[in-house]
Amino acid sequence: MAKRSVIPFGPQHPVLPEPLQLKLVMEDEKVVEAIPAIGYVHRGLERLAQEKDYQQVTYLAERVCGICSFIHSLTFCQGIEELMNVTVPDRAKFLRVMWSEMHRMHSHLLWLGLTADAFGFESLFMQGMRTRETILQLMESTAGARIMLGTCTVGGVRRDIESSAFGEINTALDSVARDLDQMAPTILNDYSVRERLVGVGTITAQQAFETGAVGPVAKACGFARDFRTTGYAAYGQLDFKPVTETAGDCFARTQVRFAELYQSVDLIRQCMAKMPAGPIAVPVKGNPDGEIIARTEQPRGEVIYYIKGNGTKNLERLRIRTPTFANIPALLKMLPGCQLTDVPVIILTIDPCISCTER
Amino acid sequence: MRIFTFVNNVWQNITSRPATRLYPFTPRTPIAGARGHLQIDADTCIYCGICQKRCPSNALAVTREPKTWTLDPYKCIVCSYCVEACPKKCLSMNPAHK
Amino acid sequence: MLTNVKEISRDTLLNEVAAMMPQGYRFVTMTCVDCGEYHDIMYHFDKDYVLSTLRLKLLKGQKLPSISDIIFAAIIVENEIRDLFGIPVKGLALNYEGRFLLTEDAPIAPFNKPVVNTETKSNN
Repeated sequence: MAKRSVIPFGPQHPVLPEPLQLKLVMEDEKVVEAIPAIGYVHRGLERLAQEKDYQQVTYLAERVCGICSFIHSLTFCQGIEELMNVTVPDRAKFLRVMWSEMHRMHSHLLWLGLTADAFGFESLFMQGMRTRETILQLMESTAGARIMLGTCTVGGVRRDIESSAFGEINTALDSVARDLDQMAPTILNDYSVRERLVGVGTITAQQAFETGAVGPVAKACGFARDFRTTGYAAYGQLDFKPVTETAGDCFARTQVRFAELYQSVDLIRQCMAKMPAGPIAVPVKGNPDGEIIARTEQPRGEVIYYIKGNGTKNLERLRIRTPTFANIPALLKMLPGCQLTDVPVIILTIDPCISCTER
Repeated sequence: MRIFTFVNNVWQNITSRPATRLYPFTPRTPIAGARGHLQIDADTCIYCGICQKRCPSNALAVTREPKTWTLDPYKCIVCSYCVEACPKKCLSMNPAHK
Repeated sequence: MLTNVKEISRDTLLNEVAAMMPQGYRFVTMTCVDCGEYHDIMYHFDKDYVLSTLRLKLLKGQKLPSISDIIFAAIIVENEIRDLFGIPVKGLALNYEGRFLLTEDAPIAPFNKPVVNTETKSNN
């Protein structure tokens, strides 16, 4: 038996945007076991949520994650609305979907760039970031901010997208789709990219089920598990099918995310076509009381908010389970058996977001 | 499976204009409606303190006597919740980022 | 409202959890709530987008049996509950001993409700 050694991977590592440490037990160049260590960015947001009133927590929930922020506030608002029996106007639902999908696109493009960077394709990284800038501009012109949109509120949304802005959105989406078409042959068909991704970090469908994997990690194993299909917000009125692949390796996860980019473009277009007229918010009176679980689909997978109110303006308990939290056990199943050089790529294909994991 | 798939992109990138701006010399024009930073019209303010109560990040401090309104720009999360809450509409968002 | 809730006790916990996976339920997460005298520990499972919850009332001071031998994915959330609520978990597959999310100088069990100590109050 070869001699075992332990390599600490992270918390500071060139490919990791966020602090995650993995203690890799190595046998020569092969990983035998991986032990995660997190806790570098724990902020105690769930505790802070108990001190603020529930309207303020909307903005706090948005800051759980720096990438999929809008969907966090959307999940929180949906939970509170269900607790207080508030019916959100139809137009607000469509607007929520539009911003959710914009967030999904910018998150996947950021992920695409970072993964390209992890396997050493710097110019593809820049290509991804350039395309992402179009979406960020679009979010700033429609919502007023580049990432922290702050447009979701209990009872609806705070800002309307006028139909006069649809032309601009369509132009931006056209340009994004063109950029994606340009990148597609490189990502999906290039020899050097496939060499780094195909057959690397494979997990079986059974392992994905046992570890409770969500989002693109589960979809790449053949599970069509997409919470959008339950039709929250306006997703029930839109036409789409969850993207799935069957290989379960890094390349399958890349394919899933890349196909979801096209899907998001399509969903935003459908929203603009089907957007009804009407109010964008309803006034909300009273305080939440009782327990509820709200779930939505984020770019990384399903997010869960457990909300417990006690009839006062402060919440009794807010628990957030983010998708990366559910994907870390799957990551620990992927790593054993791989080469040390593949570790950064495998970690990045689960799209880790450590700040949301620790909250 | 192909090789040299990126050559096309590289060629287009070489021949097209840069995607970035030469920042300090050519600043970006602010986008209308963006939440850049918080502004106050101090003449209409009645120092009621509602904005202070609403602020999720405790960035505002308002006192009635003497009449002061202080914003801690490092705490402010630019959510514009105070702008909606203001009864005299004296708070506003400037689209320029500070 | 929370639906599909099943109350369980500490003795039946491991059997109940072990029965979920073969029925096609996916382990989602655990939630812990401080309810004053006891902790509410909820085990969430998902099947076809429907959430089922096992709810365990754990008196303060009692140990929580770990389910990480049955469901490997639970190690992360059990360590988190161990850190944030100070509940000792018995039989963890990977035990960080209260240093998973928190550091040495962090407050102990920060998510528990503050206990008002009447004795020290009357002395002051």
